[in-house]
Amino acid sequence: MRLKKKDLLGISELDPDEIRLIIDTARNFKEVSEREIKKVPTLRGRTVINLFYEPSTRTRTSFEIAAKRMSADAINISISQSSVSKGETLKDTAKNLEAMRPDCIVVRHPVAGTPHMLSRHLNCSVINAGDGMREHPSQALLDLLTIMEHKEEVSGLKVTIVGDIAHSRVARSNIYALTKLGAEVTLSGPPTMIPPGIEALGSGGAVTVEYDFNKAINGADVIMMLRLQLERQGAPLFPTAREYSNLYGLSSERLKGAKDDLLILHPGPINRGVEITPDVADGPYSLIIDQVTNGVAVRMALFYLLLGSSRDDRAEGNTSEEDG
Amino acid sequence: MKRLAIAGGRVFDPEAGIDGLFDIIAMGGRVASIRPSTGDMEAFSGDGWTLVDATGKLVLPGLIDIHTHLREPGFEYKETITSGVAAAAAGGFTAILCMANTEPVNDCASVTRYILNKAAEALGVRVLPIGAVSVGLKGEKLSEMAELAGAGCVAFSDDGLPVVDGALMRRALEYSLLFGKGGLPVISHAEDPSIACSGAMNEGPTSTRLGLPGIPSAAEDSLVARDIALAELTGAHLHIAHVSTRGAVELIRAARKRGVNVTSEVTPHHLMLDDSAVDGFDTDAKMSPPLRSRDDIEAVREGLIDGTIDAIATDHAPHSPVEKDIEFSSAANGIIGLETALALTLKLVNEGILPLETAVKSLTSGPAKVMGLAMGQVKIGTDADFTVVDTEREWTVDPKKLLSKSKNTPFAGWKLKGMASHTIVAGEVVFTLKD
Repeated sequence: MRLKKKDLLGISELDPDEIRLIIDTARNFKEVSEREIKKVPTLRGRTVINLFYEPSTRTRTSFEIAAKRMSADAINISISQSSVSKGETLKDTAKNLEAMRPDCIVVRHPVAGTPHMLSRHLNCSVINAGDGMREHPSQALLDLLTIMEHKEEVSGLKVTIVGDIAHSRVARSNIYALTKLGAEVTLSGPPTMIPPGIEALGSGGAVTVEYDFNKAINGADVIMMLRLQLERQGAPLFPTAREYSNLYGLSSERLKGAKDDLLILHPGPINRGVEITPDVADGPYSLIIDQVTNGVAVRMALFYLLLGSSRDDRAEGNTSEEDG
Repeated sequence: MKRLAIAGGRVFDPEAGIDGLFDIIAMGGRVASIRPSTGDMEAFSGDGWTLVDATGKLVLPGLIDIHTHLREPGFEYKETITSGVAAAAAGGFTAILCMANTEPVNDCASVTRYILNKAAEALGVRVLPIGAVSVGLKGEKLSEMAELAGAGCVAFSDDGLPVVDGALMRRALEYSLLFGKGGLPVISHAEDPSIACSGAMNEGPTSTRLGLPGIPSAAEDSLVARDIALAELTGAHLHIAHVSTRGAVELIRAARKRGVNVTSEVTPHHLMLDDSAVDGFDTDAKMSPPLRSRDDIEAVREGLIDGTIDAIATDHAPHSPVEKDIEFSSAANGIIGLETALALTLKLVNEGILPLETAVKSLTSGPAKVMGLAMGQVKIGTDADFTVVDTEREWTVDPKKLLSKSKNTPFAGWKLKGMASHTIVAGEVVFTLKD
């Protein structure tokens, strides 16, 4: 099984079976990272370019490690300028990269839609590693894998996403992924951080907005805290981090009465003491470190499903036919 | 003396109350006679005659576009006055007004004269410059408006940018009363930047889904409200450019009821496209003001029909791939419009959305009255500016075939009906459609 797609630009374009295929494939690849020799030859001779227009340590490293564990050659390009300040069009950028014959370009960009624009001019695969406020599909997939390692069924789960939903591509991708698999999603944050029409991203009334944090997390199976992205706030969305923390900080106090099997996720990096208290971040419900581990597995799966050809020996990747 | 006959066509001028088969004869560039058509073309075939056989066609007063960007001087790689004039003629326009945001800015008489000289060389469509409200469009000091008016500017605007400073806008409106009868219009590009912030499209469910920063309607409504209050204070003529929101339409409607001297225009794209056109991140769907919601489209259509909005204007804004084929948020605002405006307006007529009368007025007498121009009517003794329209001509918008130097249009591939077959300025045929 492969994804019948050239690119992964967002969860919005995946159907539930494709999401499950990626998760199942990632489960299998997870084992590779536990080996002494953490490498399979599956993508030997393939070239992956990590094209990052935004600073990123975690995501870029995760993609790089994933590519290398698949034996692909990974090259990192960090660009601090947009094409507009270079006097070059995106088409120029795409054509120049294409000329070096990569098999996949992993792109992160501060402007939504840029991966789409690049992919239009590229024959190789494009993986969106985060575009503006739109989507961060690999993050939602690793979140899903993390949840599915602890919950048999996603369908019917109550998931609460908390924070700056308006500016969050993580929230959008998770809304798509979770609702496509049947979860009920509650979004919580101050009204300034809830964008108009966000409920429409989920189908069939699966997404609700609850400004009151206590009500929003009441009875939740999963709480997903978002990083308060102080660096991205161009407008006065909230008075102070202190007040935000008082209203929406996840503390053990608030978790009294939480379900025993509650899961707490955070895409990182966490602002300790702002959106989450240290004891909760390091506490029993927290899967924050598991998420990072799963990120590598999910990205290996994405490379495999987009780049792996039928000629490759599937056994080497520990991916058997019945997985799909 | 040169003689021109436009014979056998249906002459339609709702403002003058003319609708029927007439032959129009122009002598020395002016309309000499308008008489019922006999169908006899022989009379006009002699020496010295130019005959435009308009049989089966619609003959309109020359179309007027009160909002274009010709890009010269400064951005000749996007458009020149020559290419812009050619595009205008092909689009059926006999007169166009061009905005001041060139480089250098049209904030002094020498730039105005440069534009007029280039336009005279281009030989064709009448080009009427709009002078800047503020020096360098900086929004700080008033430009020398009297000198600009003296050099030939017919209105004032910092278009492309709002006049953010309320006091400057107030003084510009007051000062404009110096000129002509009742003053020259001050045109407002109404968008409060402190509300719009770095928005790249209309704010709403689509911007949420696409993850692009939004510009709420309130950014436009609030500045329209301020400028109406200033027009009321000063008694000057305020013209609101490219109205795009229901709120703005309602504010203008209420102000006109109170007798405030406020006029307005709407673009074909704001009459036709909603913000879902941004789906797929097509930067040719990026403009200022942004494409809005269906409800806003309904409102601007209602405003045009009930007379709240006076004119259809293109906001023809040529840009090259360097400004457009880049990240959505960084891409330049605007689309070209001179060669599609007529057919898009006729599409609204053919779909039963606009009465033909409204459509024609909005492109002729409406804009003429807004700018105080003695044009836009079929009348003996006036300049013989006419647009002959082949209303049955079907065509597909192919950017490569457009005469504008830039190709940024969201209407590429649209199948449209209706095209100018002849554009006539001062009794001279400046454009003839090839079969």
